[in-house]
Amino acid sequence: MASKYINVNLKVWRQKNANTKGKMETYKLDTVSTDSSFLEMMDQLNEQLINERQEPIAFDHDCREGICGMCSLYINGRAHGPDNAVTTCQLHMRKFDDGATIYIEPWRSKAFPVIKDLVVDRSAFDRIQQAGGFVSVNTSGNTIDANATPIPKADADKAFEAAACIGCGACVASCKNSSAMLFVGAKVSQYALLPQGKVEATNRVLNMVRQMEEEGFGNCTNTGACEVECPKGISLENIARMNREFMKAMITAE
Amino acid sequence: MSKLDSKIPEGHISQKWTDYKDHLKLVAPNNRPKIDIIVVGTGLAGSSAAASLGEMGYNVKAFCFQDSPRRAHSIAAQGGINAAKNYQNDGDSIFRLFYDTIKGGDYRAREANVHRLAEVSGNIIDQCVAQGVPFAREYGGLLDNRSFGGTQVQRTFYAAGQTGQQLLLGAYSALSRQIGLGRVKMYNRHEMLDIVKIDGKARGIIARNLVTGEIERHAAHAVVIASGGYGNVYFLSTNAMGSNVTAAWKIHKQGAFFANPCYVQIHPTCIPVHGTNQAKLTLMSESLRNSGRIWVPKKKEDAEAVRAGKLNPAEIAEDDRDYYLERKYPSFGNLAPRDISSRAAKEVCDEGRGIESNDTNEGVFLDFSSEIQNKGKQAAYAKGNHNPTPEEITALGKQWLKEKYGNLFTMYQKITDENPYETPMKIYPAVHYTMGGVWVDYNLQSSIPGCFVTGEANFSDHGANRLGASALMQGLADGYFVLPYTISNYLADEIRTGKISTDAPEFNEAETRVKELIATFIGNNGVKSVDYFHKKLGLIMWNKVGMGRNEKGLNEAIAELAELKAEFNKDVYVPGSADELNPQLEKALRVADLIELGQLMAMDALQRNESCGGHFREEYQDAEGETLRDDKNFSFVSAWEHKGENINDEVLHKEELKYEFIKIAARNYK
Repeated sequence: MASKYINVNLKVWRQKNANTKGKMETYKLDTVSTDSSFLEMMDQLNEQLINERQEPIAFDHDCREGICGMCSLYINGRAHGPDNAVTTCQLHMRKFDDGATIYIEPWRSKAFPVIKDLVVDRSAFDRIQQAGGFVSVNTSGNTIDANATPIPKADADKAFEAAACIGCGACVASCKNSSAMLFVGAKVSQYALLPQGKVEATNRVLNMVRQMEEEGFGNCTNTGACEVECPKGISLENIARMNREFMKAMITAE
Repeated sequence: MSKLDSKIPEGHISQKWTDYKDHLKLVAPNNRPKIDIIVVGTGLAGSSAAASLGEMGYNVKAFCFQDSPRRAHSIAAQGGINAAKNYQNDGDSIFRLFYDTIKGGDYRAREANVHRLAEVSGNIIDQCVAQGVPFAREYGGLLDNRSFGGTQVQRTFYAAGQTGQQLLLGAYSALSRQIGLGRVKMYNRHEMLDIVKIDGKARGIIARNLVTGEIERHAAHAVVIASGGYGNVYFLSTNAMGSNVTAAWKIHKQGAFFANPCYVQIHPTCIPVHGTNQAKLTLMSESLRNSGRIWVPKKKEDAEAVRAGKLNPAEIAEDDRDYYLERKYPSFGNLAPRDISSRAAKEVCDEGRGIESNDTNEGVFLDFSSEIQNKGKQAAYAKGNHNPTPEEITALGKQWLKEKYGNLFTMYQKITDENPYETPMKIYPAVHYTMGGVWVDYNLQSSIPGCFVTGEANFSDHGANRLGASALMQGLADGYFVLPYTISNYLADEIRTGKISTDAPEFNEAETRVKELIATFIGNNGVKSVDYFHKKLGLIMWNKVGMGRNEKGLNEAIAELAELKAEFNKDVYVPGSADELNPQLEKALRVADLIELGQLMAMDALQRNESCGGHFREEYQDAEGETLRDDKNFSFVSAWEHKGENINDEVLHKEELKYEFIKIAARNYK
């Protein structure tokens, strides 16, 4: 990997906490390796700020391999930045030109309040999951043998593709309505496609959708922005499937 | 008499767990709501434990430092999970999984624990399927398997290269169900900073709310630590940025022995280091070794030309390539265990045949071109095309790779900007997993009564080297199928205890300790960042307590780490305040513990005058450079007892390892 180095201008959202107003601040950062990930660039900026006795920028991150879903960032007007099908931690500085100006903001949604700087509270997603995103089976180990119920490969593959959602919230951040339908649709679909999930399908979709609405997420108007920005390529089909499940549940629920 | 009682039950290995379980004390359903349990960490071991205990009816409080329990680093496990199902009819059995794991661990794990793990492995798969975990399936609708290192059967279940994610989301769904039902109270963005002991028993924790900075007291009748491993002591590792040893280290300081700290797994297939600003390393799953062949050029000048960008590896003739794992270990080939594969990579790079153009030239090829041809041809035949053109074969072969490993290939390409379908991957070993951890008995209880330790945070099942696809198995086995039984046995004596009050003086003391420590860092006014020290720590550890260790280097490391600790305490600068979200403060608290642990790791490596598994002492190798174990003198678990601020004062206790059912032998993968 032959490294190049670039200089960048950064416009970063700074906000002390949930109760104060935030604003964009400008920073200049030199000698950024093009092999660095975007978050390694942020580390470098923070190291510079610390050495200048300024407060470093708070941002969420953990696994740095695109799977934990903790990193976020709205970069130049796009969730997870200018590359496709990646999280911010997998975005690399080779995607930026020398001298580029980069705007960095938190996810913007009523349901994701800012905690500090670029860190937002996504616990609404947890509460939606708690409302019905599970199969009610105790962890006894005394279930039936794993191969007792064959599942058609096509269904298993589709369920897996839906289950690949990392819960990062890019779908909400990208949506002009702040809709969480791609996230919820993916979870509903995973279970709807599997025999183990079918038993509770009716209550699941009703409860998860109810919780989603209570959290203040907006409605889906089929713009498809969520699918474009989803780092895991979760398909809009999952929203359609959830709508079908929801309609079915509305008709059949007691 | 030794202070260590492993409490391994009597009886034949295949009956121990069953008999033992049948005679454990129980807590009746009406008493369980009177009992509080704290679970720290929400990875596979923590989530599964919290969910199971909640289902049983205990009052559970679960803690994670991430913004959601679903983020824990188990999520990043790629390759798979082992289980002795024998679905492939290739001769697998509980005994074989047990045997492979003991042998893989270089005869440094407890027989009884490992056999129990193998016994419950099948239940894990049943349980996960029942939860809706979408494992990979064959066209007939049944579960698919693949091979992992150190085995000659196909017992690994997987979900593309995201098995850890799917298993953790399964456990998270079970946990979410209990949270929704009010049986588990979840504390996101909270970090445990100390344990509280009353009359010698674990009775609660002190935690910091990472958003508000508030220091909180939480009481319980038992505490479960499931906080993962300590690979981040090396700064660069495949661990998540937040992974840390703090919870485990704090209980160590309060009396829990720390076992085998020097056993660290260096994983052979990671993406090589790119530069000095790098913050973490990325793994390429071991499953790729099913399909990729590992090689370096035979000639040094070819390696130099590759590094200089003057020679395309594809142009190096077959005869000029050294497939060194296939050459040295023909019966396991590219699927030799991790420790052996890593050392072999270091060896060829030390000879000057590394192919990566970075500061160290350290890197080897993982090449898929043979597999593209093999699978391409098979795919063509399967389609009825018995005379495929070379182009058709290549296209079909690439398609096959994409289906099997697509997400890994994409990840590689994003990070390196190179296309692994066209040019071989470049890989190099990196710190990945820690076999050492808190010492626990057969009940998973530490040397503090009432403090249990599960998953990677304990030391119990992997000996000196963990086999691939066994970490996920252990995490879920501990949480779903072992701890719920053994902790109930302990809690049966607690049903008359009543509520534990957080007003006890012991809570005051622990809280004061935590607050004073935080105040020291905030008011320190030093000059260097936390990362400055963390990187320095990492370099000492990697160079002197890494893949190859020797007496001189270890002694130097011990002295340097003691100095580093003093320098850190004096010179570290932590910006911001204690009563807000302050990632630098969080990191400072973690690095302080990692430095102390690093010193203990070096001490442990120094006393172990043998080579075994991931612990390679250069003085102890045979003529071919293989590990030379000393079973006569070192067939024991080292368990360290904390004795005050000076780590050099820690006292070593030895738990003898007895092999009754497996014949102990030199580990041979040739």
